[in-house]
Amino acid sequence: MTASTATRTDAPPQPGPAARWLNDGWITTRRNLIKIKRVPDILVFTTLQPIMFVLLFTYVYAGVIDIPGSTYNEFIMAGIFAQTVVFGSTYSGSAMAQDLKDGIIDRFRTLPMSPSAVLIGRTNGDLLINSISMVVMMATGFIVGWRVRSSLIEAIAGVGLLLLFAYALSWVMAFLGMMVRSPEVINNVSFLILFPLTFISNAFVPAETLPPPLRVFAEWNPVTSLVQAARELFGNVPAGTPIGDSWVQQNPAFAVLIGVAVILIVFVPLAIRRFSQVTSR
Amino acid sequence: MNFVEAVGLTKTYTPKGAEPVHALDGLDLSVPRGTITAILGPNGAGKTTAVKVLTTLIIPDSGTATIGGIDVVKRPDDIRPIIGVSGQYAAVDENLTGFENLDMVGRLYHLGAKASRARAKELIELFDLTEAMNRPVKGFSGGMRRRIDLAGALVTQPEVLFLDEPTTGLDPRSRLGMWDIIRSLVSQGTTVLLTTQYLEEADQLADDISVIDGGRVIARGTADELKASVGGQRVELNLVTPDDTAATVEVLRRYGNAEPAVSNDARTVTVSVARGPEALQLVLRDLEQRNVALYDAGMRRPTLDDVFLRLTGRTTEETDSEESKEKAR
Repeated sequence: MTASTATRTDAPPQPGPAARWLNDGWITTRRNLIKIKRVPDILVFTTLQPIMFVLLFTYVYAGVIDIPGSTYNEFIMAGIFAQTVVFGSTYSGSAMAQDLKDGIIDRFRTLPMSPSAVLIGRTNGDLLINSISMVVMMATGFIVGWRVRSSLIEAIAGVGLLLLFAYALSWVMAFLGMMVRSPEVINNVSFLILFPLTFISNAFVPAETLPPPLRVFAEWNPVTSLVQAARELFGNVPAGTPIGDSWVQQNPAFAVLIGVAVILIVFVPLAIRRFSQVTSR
Repeated sequence: MNFVEAVGLTKTYTPKGAEPVHALDGLDLSVPRGTITAILGPNGAGKTTAVKVLTTLIIPDSGTATIGGIDVVKRPDDIRPIIGVSGQYAAVDENLTGFENLDMVGRLYHLGAKASRARAKELIELFDLTEAMNRPVKGFSGGMRRRIDLAGALVTQPEVLFLDEPTTGLDPRSRLGMWDIIRSLVSQGTTVLLTTQYLEEADQLADDISVIDGGRVIARGTADELKASVGGQRVELNLVTPDDTAATVEVLRRYGNAEPAVSNDARTVTVSVARGPEALQLVLRDLEQRNVALYDAGMRRPTLDDVFLRLTGRTTEETDSEESKEKAR
C-alpha cells in the first residue's frame, strides 16, 4: 500500500524539503519572538546586564589597569561585547532543556515538520536577544567614552563577527541542553564552560599580563581571537601595540570565521540528530 | 482490516548501574479503523512506551508497527501527517495563547496561514476554550491545558488519534468533560488508541481493551468480558479491627465464588460474588452473629486492581511500589 491510498483526501499535502524548512524555521522563530515579548524578564535582563557590565568594568577597573596608548574604557568594550554575547548563547541551552521537560518537544516531533526547525527558531531567538544587547552596550559604551575609530563598514563587520560567533555557540548550548535535560543544570554546565573561556582571554586584561600557562591558553582561545578581531575592527587597538606572531594572532578575524565554521559543521548535525532521537521523560 | 497494527514490539532500557528494564516485551496490538481501543495497565507497564513507538518518537529494538499499512519505523515522515497525539503531560507552549498554540500546530502541519487560523478558531469554540483564546496558557488550570493539548492533536482531523492517559491528574468534572469530547470524536469515525490506568475509563470509552503488564498484553477483550473474567460484582467490607479478619474471610468464603482478598492493613476484605445484593445480606447476617464490627459494607464493581490481581496474582499497588523501589535505586 502506498502513502497516497492510505492518506485521506483532506490530509494536508506536504511541501517539499526547502519550503518546509523555510516555513517551519519561521514558525518556530516566531514562537521564540513571542516568548521574548511575553516574558519581560528576558528583555530586562538582556538590556540591564550589559549596562551593568559596561559601568562596572569601566569604573571599577579603569584606574588599576593601564593600557599603553589608550584608555581602559576603550580597551574593555570589545571584551564586554564578547562576554555578553557569548553568555547570551546559554538561552538556547536552557530553552531546549525546558522544552524537553515540558514535553513540547514530543509534540513537535510528532508533527510533519523539518527536524532542524525547532533549533533554528531557538538559535534565531538568541541572535535577536544578542542583537538587542549589542545595541544597548554600544550606546552605553558611547556614553562612557568608547568610540569607533575605524570605518562604518569595519564596525558593522565587528558586530557581525561577535553575533556570528555567539550564534555558533547557541548550537553548542542547544545540543548540551538536550543532553543534560535539566534547565537548572544546563546553566551550571554552561557557566563552567563559558567563564574560563571569557576570563582566560584578552577580554578584560591584555593577554600578556597572564601567567605563562594561562597565556598559552588565552592565545589559542577563540574568545581571544574574537575580542582581538572586534578591537581591530572597531579601531580600538592603539598604534604600536605588539601583536603576537602566531597565525591566529596575526589574523584574528579569519581565525574566528574558521572557528565558527568548525563549530557549526560539528554541532549543527549533532544537535539535529539529538533532536530527532530525544523524548521527554 | 486493522488500521493500527503492532507485532512483537520490544524496547529495553538499561539505566546506569541497574538491571535492564523491558519497557516493551513482545507487545502486540491491533486497532480496527473507526474503533476505540484502550491499553489498560498500571504505571510502568509500558503504555507510554507503546504510544511513543507508534507515534514515531522512539524506535523499538525489534518488532513491527504499521498505521494504514505504512511502516512507522521506516517511514515516519509519512506517518506524522496522518496522526494526532496528546500526551500525558500537556505539551503546550506556556507563553503562547491558546489560539497561538493551535495556529502554530496548524502551520507546522502545513495547512497554510488562512486554514490554520480558521481551524484554530473552530477548535477553540469546539473545546470551550474562549477564555484561553487570547491569553497565554501560563496560569490556566490543568484541565484547560489538557483541552488545548487535545485540540492540538485534532488540528488536521487525524486518521488516528493517540491519547496517553488523557485524564490522569484531572479533577472529576474535567474528566467527565474529557470523556464527552473523546466520545464525540469516535462518533465522527476517528480511530482512537488511548492508554489508561482506570478500568472505568476503558469501560466508558473503549470498544476493545488490551490489559498490559511488563510490556506485554496479558488479556484482551471488551470491558464486560474482562469483568466477567474476575467475577461480576464484589462485596467489600471495612473492619473496625484487624482481629476480625480471619472470621470475616471465613464468612466470605461461604458466599463468594473466589478466594477473598485481604488488603495490606488487614482491614478491607473483598470477594467476588455471583448474586450481589443477596450475598451481601447473607454476609451481614453471619457477621452480626459473630459480633464483627464494621465501618462500612457494600457492593462494588470490579476495578483494574481486581482484573490485575486475577491475571497476575498481584495488585497494581504492588507493581507501583516495585517500580518506585526500582526508581529509588
